[in-house]
Amino acid sequence: MSDNEALHEPRSNDVRAGRQRTTMVGQPMTGALADRTTRSPAPVTNPPRQRLRRALRRHGKEYLLFAALAGPNLALILVFSYWPVIYNLYLSFTSWDMISPAPSWVGLDEYRQLFTSADFGHVLLNTAKFVVLIVVGAIVGGLATALVLNQRLAGRGLVRTLSFAPHIVSGAAIAALWLFMLDPSFGLLRALLEPLGISSPQWTTSSHYSLYALVMVYLWKGIGFCAIIYVAGMQNLPTDLFEAATLDGANRWQQFRHVTFPLLSPVTYFLVVTSIIGAFQAYDVTAVMTGGGPGQSSTTLSWFIYQQAFQASNAGLAAAAAMVMLVVLLTITILLARYGERRVTYQ
Amino acid sequence: MLIAAVFVMPLYWLFSSAVKPSGEIYQFPLQWIPRQLHWSNFTNAWHDAPFGSFFVNSIIVTVVGTVIKMVLATGSAYAFTFLPFPFKRFIFLLLLGTLMTPGTITLLTNYLTASDLGWVDTYAGLIVPGAGSAFGMFLLRQQMMALPREVFEAARVDGASHLRILLRMVVPMSRPMMITVSLISVIEVWNDFIWPLIITTTTEMRTLPIGLLYLKSQEGYNDWGAIMAGTVMVAAPMLVVFLLAQRYIVAGFSGGAIKG
Repeated sequence: MSDNEALHEPRSNDVRAGRQRTTMVGQPMTGALADRTTRSPAPVTNPPRQRLRRALRRHGKEYLLFAALAGPNLALILVFSYWPVIYNLYLSFTSWDMISPAPSWVGLDEYRQLFTSADFGHVLLNTAKFVVLIVVGAIVGGLATALVLNQRLAGRGLVRTLSFAPHIVSGAAIAALWLFMLDPSFGLLRALLEPLGISSPQWTTSSHYSLYALVMVYLWKGIGFCAIIYVAGMQNLPTDLFEAATLDGANRWQQFRHVTFPLLSPVTYFLVVTSIIGAFQAYDVTAVMTGGGPGQSSTTLSWFIYQQAFQASNAGLAAAAAMVMLVVLLTITILLARYGERRVTYQ
Repeated sequence: MLIAAVFVMPLYWLFSSAVKPSGEIYQFPLQWIPRQLHWSNFTNAWHDAPFGSFFVNSIIVTVVGTVIKMVLATGSAYAFTFLPFPFKRFIFLLLLGTLMTPGTITLLTNYLTASDLGWVDTYAGLIVPGAGSAFGMFLLRQQMMALPREVFEAARVDGASHLRILLRMVVPMSRPMMITVSLISVIEVWNDFIWPLIITTTTEMRTLPIGLLYLKSQEGYNDWGAIMAGTVMVAAPMLVVFLLAQRYIVAGFSGGAIKG
């Protein structure tokens, strides 16, 4: 402990001596300083190889340490995040049952097969409904919940905790719980709906309701999350703007419409992006509750990819569908970045 | 009140059903409060599936996975904050780029890679592919950028090595963010469903969330008491973690949304 303190409080002349030595020998210690020195003095006539050699001589040790510290993480990410995308692109041009020794090249055949099958059209439509309902529902519901949770109410801390809890519980556990609650003969939902004169539908076993049953469960998981992020955002808002609005005679709705909501737009933007990506990839609840059925009534793109890869052993088709998802997600992200960010007001 | 009810009711229903005898579970109109606490659902679940080994697997994968992730994320965050390297910015962006690669797309090909490595049904297969961390590295780097540089420069001058500075100064000073990142990792790994489902093939290697599938019967008759008991076993540890450390967890999840 004692030499730790010594590290924190070096004698002042040591520091000065150190600074001087640094500049004299040109051996900076921090990344930022290093960047500056390597960039600035290099004359244009200096061939790059010579520059590299000099940089190596100067920072060789630090480069090695950098490689040792950042290398393993980088290697894992290259192998398990970048390589799979490239490999997947290759697989999408092949037909492969995952048993025969090698995939066989079929060009665009799998894509043609995807886009000519009625099934895939149905899956895309399901995905669109699912994503829109979840994103809109979670954000509107989350914002409404946050507005309530931001009031000074008794027990709001507890309610906040409880509303965020579903987000940190395993999707499989939540799916099992909801499957039980949605049971049409002894489920909790039946008990809640019957007094209202609504008879409980066959939530998960009827093709009319299965997709909406999944949406309901994912919303239960997502609304609390959005609400807590919104609450955190609301607590960051400057109070003087609200005081000014009150002085100008703005009522609560006007304050929300013209002050709160615009100021929260970066939060909304963040939630839209993350909810879209999350909704496209959601399948743990699907796996436990409906398995995509009955038929394909609750199959979304991510579950379709899973089915084709691991139930039908149809690697090529699964890879092609995955590429479709990648293109769709990239397009949405780019469109949001170009047109969405423009509408975001930062303080 | 209504909001509270929406979130409380299902959780209450989970815990109360786990301790109800089957007569009360299938009763309609509902039995809102169990007449007496009844623990046999837990022993039934334990008999229907090897929950002991599910627990052990989940704990091993979560603890080891999180430790590896923390070591790698902390090391790379330090490197990107304090050390020079050619094309450092580019490499950093390369790491962050993975935040945009959806897990669904890497699922099949990562399975093939893991199977080529002989990792199907092993702890390595469960842990290693998820151990790289761009998000954790990013959060930790944000935190380290905010630390006072002069102190570290002074320590360097006093002859402290980078490793020493990292372990004895930067890590202790970054403690809140280290807690946040490790808690998020624990929650993610514990709850993961699809990857353990495909990478494990024998019952002995399954993790808890997949254990729930063993309680659902194929013939259509479900012992819901046992399923709810199993669900409690999956959900309760994370609920406890959350109740104890919600401040850190919420800070991590909202880290991307709110600046400052």
